[in-house]
Amino acid sequence: MSTPRATEVRVYNRPMSTWWWTRRRTYFVFVMRELSSIFVAWFVGFLLAFVYSVGRSEAAYQDFLDWAATPWVVVINVIAAAFLALHVVTWFSLTPQAMDVRIGGQKAPAAAIIASQYVGLAVVSAFVLWLVTR
Amino acid sequence: MSRPRVEPLVWLMFSGGGVMAAVFLPVLVFMFAFAFPLEWISPPDHDHLSAVVGHPLTLLFLLGMFVVLLVHSAHRFRYTLYDGLQIKAKRTVAVLCYGTAAVGAITTVVVLLSAA
Repeated sequence: MSTPRATEVRVYNRPMSTWWWTRRRTYFVFVMRELSSIFVAWFVGFLLAFVYSVGRSEAAYQDFLDWAATPWVVVINVIAAAFLALHVVTWFSLTPQAMDVRIGGQKAPAAAIIASQYVGLAVVSAFVLWLVTR
Repeated sequence: MSRPRVEPLVWLMFSGGGVMAAVFLPVLVFMFAFAFPLEWISPPDHDHLSAVVGHPLTLLFLLGMFVVLLVHSAHRFRYTLYDGLQIKAKRTVAVLCYGTAAVGAITTVVVLLSAA
């Protein structure tokens, strides 16, 4: 039981609809971007399942590939990949606002920062692809 | 002395995870979720993958990447529940989100060590 108090402070919370973000396109994209977090977690689980199968045996690895090719897994992966793409695009676009990059004392233009990240993505992708498939 | 706050560390890991998700995850997803299972590219043989996955550098890299991805995901989902779905049970949401990430991190260690 709480002890009685002389004064009770009551804060008024303006009620807000659970569906507030469906009213505007920008709000909707914001919430979709935040929901990409679920799909990032899904891919962590998916990749861990892959690593686990490779660690077990060749047959387990083949089973993983077969499982990953079943229609429902492919459907989930397609949806998840769409959310991941949204994350990539929004993340790169936000970087110039989050980071103050200076080259020779001059503020680097936002477009250059965004473009350099796509170059980074391409280089990393090419390297990982080479490492795995060589 | 003020109590050390965990929030800055979580934001740092959120950012790190965001970068990893944007830069490293797309190619991994392309290969392992689509190209190999659907045979757009013939899957690498088991011996090669086993050598790549079992290499200590790969293990350390994957461990770091998976952990920051999990924290990134938990942190962002926490705010999705607060702001998006207007859930105000803040402590419960935080414990559930970071708790799940912690369980995921432990699972990651176990799985990676099993493949090493």
